[in-house]
Amino acid sequence: MSWFARLFAIAAKEIRQLSRDRITVGLIVGIPTIQLLLFGYAINYDVRGVATAVLDQARTSLSRRLVGDLRATQVLGNLRQAGSERELRELMQRGEANVGIVIAPDLERRIAEGDRAAMQILVDGSQPALENVAEGLGSIPLLRRAGAQAPHRPVEIIVAYNPAKRTAVQIVPALCGVILTMTMVIFTASAIVRERERGNLELLITTPVTVGQLMAGKLLPYVAIGLIQTTLILALGYWLFDVPVAGRLFDLYLGALLFIAASLSLGLFISTLAQTQFQAMQMAIVTMLPSILMSGFMFPFEGMPKVAQWIAQLLPLTHFNEIIRGIVLRGAALTDMRPELAKLTVFLAVMLTLSIKRFHKRLD
Amino acid sequence: MNFAISARGLARHFGKVIAVAGIDLDVPRAQIYGFLGPNGSGKSTTIRMLCGLLVPTRGTVTVLGHEVPRDAEVLRRKLGYMTQRFSLWEDLTVEENLEFMGRVYGIERGLRRERIRDRVANYDLAVIRGQRAGTLSGGERQRLALAAATLHDPELLLLDEPTSAVDPQSRRDFWENLFALVAAGTTILVSTHYMDEAERCHRLAILDRGRIAAEGEPKILARDIDAAVIEIECGDLVAARRSLGAVPAIRSVAQLGNRLRVLVPRDARDPERELRAALAPHCPEARVERVGASLEDVFVAATRLRSSPESQERAA
Repeated sequence: MSWFARLFAIAAKEIRQLSRDRITVGLIVGIPTIQLLLFGYAINYDVRGVATAVLDQARTSLSRRLVGDLRATQVLGNLRQAGSERELRELMQRGEANVGIVIAPDLERRIAEGDRAAMQILVDGSQPALENVAEGLGSIPLLRRAGAQAPHRPVEIIVAYNPAKRTAVQIVPALCGVILTMTMVIFTASAIVRERERGNLELLITTPVTVGQLMAGKLLPYVAIGLIQTTLILALGYWLFDVPVAGRLFDLYLGALLFIAASLSLGLFISTLAQTQFQAMQMAIVTMLPSILMSGFMFPFEGMPKVAQWIAQLLPLTHFNEIIRGIVLRGAALTDMRPELAKLTVFLAVMLTLSIKRFHKRLD
Repeated sequence: MNFAISARGLARHFGKVIAVAGIDLDVPRAQIYGFLGPNGSGKSTTIRMLCGLLVPTRGTVTVLGHEVPRDAEVLRRKLGYMTQRFSLWEDLTVEENLEFMGRVYGIERGLRRERIRDRVANYDLAVIRGQRAGTLSGGERQRLALAAATLHDPELLLLDEPTSAVDPQSRRDFWENLFALVAAGTTILVSTHYMDEAERCHRLAILDRGRIAAEGEPKILARDIDAAVIEIECGDLVAARRSLGAVPAIRSVAQLGNRLRVLVPRDARDPERELRAALAPHCPEARVERVGASLEDVFVAATRLRSSPESQERAA
């Protein structure tokens, strides 16, 4: 009897303590809810509305009908006309189009003869799950409409930037962002909360140190750690998985620096909300779940409902994934990534402002 | 007179809780000024308002000529603060902690080295200079915290219950260090709930439920106590205590070993006789004599007697 009594005493005390930590209670309900909503609604292998660039060199009624049929599948969306092959390549390099459709000038003849591909589909191989899309598009029996017998290879699929279709090529750069998110957010959040918990902060804020010095000083070492991690991931990716960097290394580090700063500012903001390291940890996990699931790291961004896409826009990882895939795999320059850079900068500015507003050199 | 600290009507509320209920304070320079009071009497809250960590709900404070919290930033260079809890970095060594605090206060490298060498020697830190702060004993931590708080030669040192976790010998040494600082011109404000520490202060404010219940030099406070102190010695203290319960004039009874210490109103006429009469049935052999007041008597008279409903009942 007394054996169980003691056991229950400990269990009851644990429950009482847990119930007094409001953030933890919230997360006991919150984490499964967020997970379920994300997996249930947001994550979707059925890709829809992929940004597409079309180069119609034939410009006949048949070619227009072909494009119309492709659009009708709803897999492709946001169709943009490219004037030349070069423009199409550039659109893809900047990440503004993930699929390129090139219709040969002699479309009708190729269909009639049936020995050469009448249409090329270029797929951005740096994005996950897009090759499947291309395979799907290629197997649509649209060319039957042309009246002729089905040619052997009506559609040629070219996987750009990752011709061997190796998963590592997609994963390594994206993983860089995920790892940075994990360490940067958790490190900073807990580093500052730890000083609060141990009473160091009460001493520090009675010294002449300013809020700016305190925050920048706390973050600076983690910037260096972030850059070391970036280097490590890319080096390992290069040596072990044979993932080269197509773009300029300088651009890559500059982009990584901005992303590291954005992640640190998120950690900083969390540290102003959390009272204990345990809470800081949990809040960091709450921001990480959507980052990993919705940023386009694992699942195609294009398959998600609009609401999920808006939420993804709020996550720094979404934009960094675009930047690093562009630079590492597609050989894009940082200047091609202006919208992403702008969004990261806005995120950084908002988080820093909120953190500084919330952090006072006072105890009340 | 130019005071190091002047406060008027200083108050701080936390929601419905009134931590400090409007106090006036004048702390002279180059002295040790004590805050004596039980837990929750408002000592820490007052100290935190003085160094700008908390904003007063009402009232004004001037510290070293600076208005707080408006000029808190300027004041911080002249102020040393030792928190109730050890708040240096446990994973840094003694020397690293001092080095860090010196840099945070912006002390130039040469001067910083000189000061650290000086503090390490003065506060007996030489043997443990390479040790991590987390492994230090209570007394060692105290010396390190004082060394860190005085590294920038502050004009005013605020010490919030600095010796709570320290053995008596370390406490003695600690106070020797405080007197040395005062001799060099530093003003020290120290909060405590130890009577022996309070007795060492030049001046004292007894805090009770957010108010100053008594203020002055410890000796004068004991002399001017608003009560007469009577000691009773007898064989059966339990019976004696029961007998005294019937005497309405008694304001407090405390046992010290085999003696009872009784407080009665200062203006009571011949209280000894009244007490003897009350004790006669059960302890006829009791010795009753009037003694000088200690600081503890002052504390009891100033805090428990004034406002607790129980004592008012007894007094009525």
